[in-house]
Amino acid sequence: MDTFVTAFAEAGALLVSFDLGFLSIVGLSMRISLTAVVLACLIGFPLGAIVALTHFPGRGAVTLLLNTFMGLPPVVVGLIVFLLLSRAGPLGVLGLLFTPAAMIIAQTILVTPIIAALTRQITSDLWIEYGEHLRSLNASPLGTVVTLIADARYSLATVVLAGFGRAIAEVGAVMIVGGNIDHATRVMTTAIALETSKGNLSTALGLGIVLMALALAANAAVQLINSRAQRRAALA
Amino acid sequence: MVKRLLRTVLIPAVSVALFLQAAEVKSDRPLMLGTTTSVENSGLLYPLLVAFRADTGIEVRTVVRGTGAILQLGRSGDFDAVLVHHPSAENTFLTSGNGLARHPVMTSRFLIVGPTADPAQVRSASDAATALARIATGSFDFISRGDESGTNAAERALWARAGIYPWSTRDGWYHENGSGMGATLNMASVLSAYSFTESGSWTNFANRGDLAILFSRGPYLANPYAIIPINPARHPHVSARSAARLVDWLTGPAGQAFIANFQVNGTPPFAPAGKTHRERN
Repeated sequence: MDTFVTAFAEAGALLVSFDLGFLSIVGLSMRISLTAVVLACLIGFPLGAIVALTHFPGRGAVTLLLNTFMGLPPVVVGLIVFLLLSRAGPLGVLGLLFTPAAMIIAQTILVTPIIAALTRQITSDLWIEYGEHLRSLNASPLGTVVTLIADARYSLATVVLAGFGRAIAEVGAVMIVGGNIDHATRVMTTAIALETSKGNLSTALGLGIVLMALALAANAAVQLINSRAQRRAALA
Repeated sequence: MVKRLLRTVLIPAVSVALFLQAAEVKSDRPLMLGTTTSVENSGLLYPLLVAFRADTGIEVRTVVRGTGAILQLGRSGDFDAVLVHHPSAENTFLTSGNGLARHPVMTSRFLIVGPTADPAQVRSASDAATALARIATGSFDFISRGDESGTNAAERALWARAGIYPWSTRDGWYHENGSGMGATLNMASVLSAYSFTESGSWTNFANRGDLAILFSRGPYLANPYAIIPINPARHPHVSARSAARLVDWLTGPAGQAFIANFQVNGTPPFAPAGKTHRERN
């Protein structure tokens, strides 16, 4: 029980201290996961919409794969990216192993299937609802995709949050490809793993509380923006 | 509609991405050093490398894994130098042309830790191998790292010296958790089990619970660390000059004095063993 009490005290102390080392860890976590989510959206939104709205051979298999890859184990993705980026691997010449870029690549791979699979589901449902109408308006394929994605933007905000939650919370991939290097690739989750390994359980839990507070803040912000926009849309 | 999508989704998303990437400033490549959990967990590494940077201007970035994993990464050329503690594996590493030379840096002590009550009576054993044999005879819980780290290799060598091979006989009291020193000590602490660790990790480990050092004497428990620069003939991209300066500094007067003066809670976990130190003695 003591550990829990101390952990909340440590979390509070970390938040009010504005310790530079700690802030840089939080900043790096946010930078890596947000970049990965943005990249995953740029790939996942169009990919999901195309799979939902077009007919091509093997479409069922692609859907199955996207849905399965939502559960990609981070440690496996980490290992594959590691083998690709290691100096002995095919992309070794880039020298990206143990850099933030490697961590962004791994998290993008983890998040893209989540964005793509959920986007596919949402646009596919909307197509059932509005497909007839859009066809009667003679909308172009691009116009159809853009209309459906724009119409689904509130649901897609939740999709983005699901992807962000996955990225910010995972430790397996960033530990392997980032190496948990102090002041270079140490993020919240790898710092928690390190403090646990040192037996500093209350510091580790304190960092965990801060991590969850960040996730709460991100979700609250999106929810606020969404409900305001919806209210405005209802008035318009 | 397209305009609205651009305004609400794409433009903010892309600008956030660009802003985040712009924050990354390119500079000279820092020296990449692979080292082991024992050095990292002792707390020695960070102040040591800050002092090295103050003297030489070279930034060192460290990746921490078990010795086996670090040597594997060194073979791939992912480091400029490795600081490890498994002499026979280091010699294999050198004879196969992966490193330039092995430079002794410091030593620590391997420790047998366990519950303060010491039901196996490890404390009164004549040597470290006998101490382990007593744990085996009484079938007391023992947590091993089982991760091919330097500490794990030393533990297995000590069991072999006692003529006992619990990892192959799969005895119920011998638990291999396959993770780092900290996870192993956390587990031993919760289960009040025996374990094998070394002074660097132990002095800084905060969650000891009922665990205490039960045996640390004798020649079998010496733990030598050495630094090996990666062979630039095999991996042309390594920073051989920076690596050589790190070797000179660590084994020279500045580094050796730093190691000698480093203390955790009043005890020095490491003893200097570099060339300067040996000449002085």
